[in-house]
Amino acid sequence: MSPVQLAAAAATGTTSTGEAVQFWVLAVIAVGGALGTVLMRKAVHSALCLAGTMLALAICYMAQGAVFLGVVQIVVYTGAIMMLFLFVVMLVGVTSADSLKETLKGQRWAAALCGLGFGVLLIAGIANAHLHTFSGLGEANSGGNVQGLARLIFTRYVWAFEVTGALLITAAIGAMVLTHHERTEQRASQRELAERRVREGVQVTPLPAPGVYARHNAVDIPGLLPDGTTAEVTVNPTLRARGQIRDVSHDMLRRMEQLESTTADYLGRTLPPRRTVKSPRAPITAGAADEAAEAARTEEEAEQQ
Amino acid sequence: MNPVNYLYLSALLFTIGASGVLIRRNAIVLFMCVELMLNAANLALVTFSRLHGNLDGQIIAFFTMVVAAAEVVVGLAIIVSIFRTRHSASVDDTNLMKL
Repeated sequence: MSPVQLAAAAATGTTSTGEAVQFWVLAVIAVGGALGTVLMRKAVHSALCLAGTMLALAICYMAQGAVFLGVVQIVVYTGAIMMLFLFVVMLVGVTSADSLKETLKGQRWAAALCGLGFGVLLIAGIANAHLHTFSGLGEANSGGNVQGLARLIFTRYVWAFEVTGALLITAAIGAMVLTHHERTEQRASQRELAERRVREGVQVTPLPAPGVYARHNAVDIPGLLPDGTTAEVTVNPTLRARGQIRDVSHDMLRRMEQLESTTADYLGRTLPPRRTVKSPRAPITAGAADEAAEAARTEEEAEQQ
Repeated sequence: MNPVNYLYLSALLFTIGASGVLIRRNAIVLFMCVELMLNAANLALVTFSRLHGNLDGQIIAFFTMVVAAAEVVVGLAIIVSIFRTRHSASVDDTNLMKL
């Protein structure tokens, strides 16, 4: 049964059983996706939930006889707009994770209460409206949905359509103006970068590689310092900010201790009580790294002035 | 099932989106919630089109999609340029004009 026929069947005011089943399945997916968008902590998860909601809505459009809009929804919304969102999430990065600290006291509960009240009002309004006779799109779609839309767009709505062109051009130019950066000074050469590194003296050599003296050499495993503690600078700052560092040093330290005690047993020695190792320097957390980067940046700006 | 259920779904999605705009503070997630509200409005327009038996509702939903696309392009460009200068995508940190 084509969507046109489905919509035509709806002229009586009730839908077919098939459409009812489809609606309830899609409604659960759409509402679940919407709640996920609002409640997920990470922006990437929100974006994926929203994409699910949009796909469910696209099928709803098609079931209601809006075949063209359903396809446009999939191509433009889930295809283009959501990819743009994911692109920006990637650009802005993990440091944009939402803080759970409330700046206004009780704001979250007040907002949820407002939302609830608004929803109750909206749904009560729809329930009070007399919307029991649905004409259905059978007649309007008789010459094809796309043909019908095209006829309207290029006759009655042609002015709006042309203005849309101006809007899209403005948006494209706006995006270019907002994201374009004119380079006002020359890019620092390799020599200048090296000189600056020596002058600052924070880290003259290149950063140490991850996994040195650890059990693996994977990128998410920090290298070990001589006393067995981890050197967090060896891991990529993005992984550090995400908290995706795997620390295998405890395992290695425990095994080394076992080996030492076995040797001591064999030789009949008594081991001195082992002191617990503490990190010789404060572990570089994401926040500290950001502060360091910020300090370096302000210094740089000061130098330029 | 009465097709009016599509309108209830649309109202529910719009409410969830509006609450999200009030609750969340990450600018990107805020934008996603606004998109959710626009989608809910589109669903209502498509349902109204079916209710009245003509295609004008679908035309308006189509224009809404075009405007939403333009809005997202400019909005995300603003978010990226704010992130470049302030190193944060939280709407709470954009408070230079505050006394």
